[in-house]
Amino acid sequence: MKNIWLERLSPWILTIVLILLWEVIVKGFGISRIVMPSASESFYAIYEFRVGLWKSSLTTLYSTVIGFGIAVVFGVLMGVAIGISRPVYVTVYPLMVAFNAIPKVVVVPILVLWIGSGLQTSAVTAFILCFFPIVVNMAVGLATIEPELKDVLRALGAKERDIVIKVGIPRSLPYLFASLKIAITLAFVGAVIAETVAGSEGIGNLMLVASSNFNTPLMFAGIIVIAAMATGMYGIFAALDSRFTGWATRGSMNFATAGG
Amino acid sequence: MAFIEIEDVDLVYRNSFGHEVSDGTLALSGTNLTMEKGEFIALVGPSGCGKSTLLKVVSGLIRANKGKVTVAGETVTDPLKIVGMAFQNASLLPWRSTRENVLLPLEIVEPHRQRFRAEKAHYEELADKLLETVGLEGFGDRAPWQLSGGMQQRAQLCRALVHEPDLLLLDEPFGALDAFTREELWDVLQALYTDRKCTVMLVTHDLREAVYLADTVYVMSARPGRVILDKKIDMPRPRKLEDLYSRDIADLIQELRHHINVARTDE
Repeated sequence: MKNIWLERLSPWILTIVLILLWEVIVKGFGISRIVMPSASESFYAIYEFRVGLWKSSLTTLYSTVIGFGIAVVFGVLMGVAIGISRPVYVTVYPLMVAFNAIPKVVVVPILVLWIGSGLQTSAVTAFILCFFPIVVNMAVGLATIEPELKDVLRALGAKERDIVIKVGIPRSLPYLFASLKIAITLAFVGAVIAETVAGSEGIGNLMLVASSNFNTPLMFAGIIVIAAMATGMYGIFAALDSRFTGWATRGSMNFATAGG
Repeated sequence: MAFIEIEDVDLVYRNSFGHEVSDGTLALSGTNLTMEKGEFIALVGPSGCGKSTLLKVVSGLIRANKGKVTVAGETVTDPLKIVGMAFQNASLLPWRSTRENVLLPLEIVEPHRQRFRAEKAHYEELADKLLETVGLEGFGDRAPWQLSGGMQQRAQLCRALVHEPDLLLLDEPFGALDAFTREELWDVLQALYTDRKCTVMLVTHDLREAVYLADTVYVMSARPGRVILDKKIDMPRPRKLEDLYSRDIADLIQELRHHINVARTDE
């Protein structure tokens, strides 16, 4: 019983230890707050600028969730298409890899040219960043259905659609949820990049303004807030994951094989 | 007319993507086989001789390049819908309970498919009864990965039979089990067979298994595979494991073994 509690508390304990170290080191060496504010100064900045931070966080969260949501819908559809059709796979996949290899920061100025700066640009950047992992994972889940299982179903007269619905989709859910956990954090990265490069609002923009004012404590406050938001969203998807695909972690993903 | 007629079937070897190899290597060549409704046959032969491939040809999952396959009076061109299949790997779906796994074929095959939602309780009862006959009473709610390998194979047999197929195709279903579990499952299968009177094709590497279960054992040559010998097994049913140790049966197994050894060295 005690061990379980210790296990649950250990990341919090580490966090507190790191914050204390941060405080002690900055204070101990007398580092200027413009270079590196102490933990207490950073947390005080969260309180001090709470109105601005709250508004910026909501903006960032908003564009992140919109971009992420669109990426989930289209990513799943695209993943299904690639996963079940070999022609689509050989045609589309190489291009997707190439597009994904483009550093996303360079896309933002083009987006600004097309759709202006603001929420929509952040949302689209978030979408671009997190679309790819969703597609790939969905496709892998579908493409790796055991051939025997397909035969069992086909020998019953199952159409390709039956196979996808009865086996393909449920089987790729663990892959999908794994990708969602990565995608949501990437979406935050995308939104903040866009806000930093081209935005007039949001956490990214707030950081930029704070930097030009040499308000380093506010910059650290921004980092803490964004980290908390991204971790929170990750937690939501991790919870959904274990709720819906518990069988994948309790059983074996390679489908319990026979043997004694 | 026989229930299954395989006439002069040639099949070009395929790679894992299902594409024919370019040099046209044959997996099956001039294969002939006929079997009657309600018959239980076993296919044995050296590994890689195309036994499993022949099963797929019969089920319509693969089309023969040459020759003709007729099942129940109709030429096979598409996957048949009257077939139940089981493999060495139980391939049960881990997100479904054992009962739901057994029910899977009923969600696909007509006319059950139409009625499935409305009569779910009835079908669940059916599945539970079937699980009971193979010794899995009370395991319906368990997840497949909570079952042992032998239990998974029992569940797989239920899945193969739940829609009462006319033809049961078994591809080494007991191949990965230990000897004791395997012998237990022979009797499970024998009981299911005498009970249901379906037609069974069993691919196996185990000659004792073939002799114990089948009415006729067919020996196939090395690749390209064709049937080189058929042997009627005159053992009254229900058969008992002790029967396998009688003089006649031991000689018969020895003879089959000899033929397979010859076929292997012929390569």
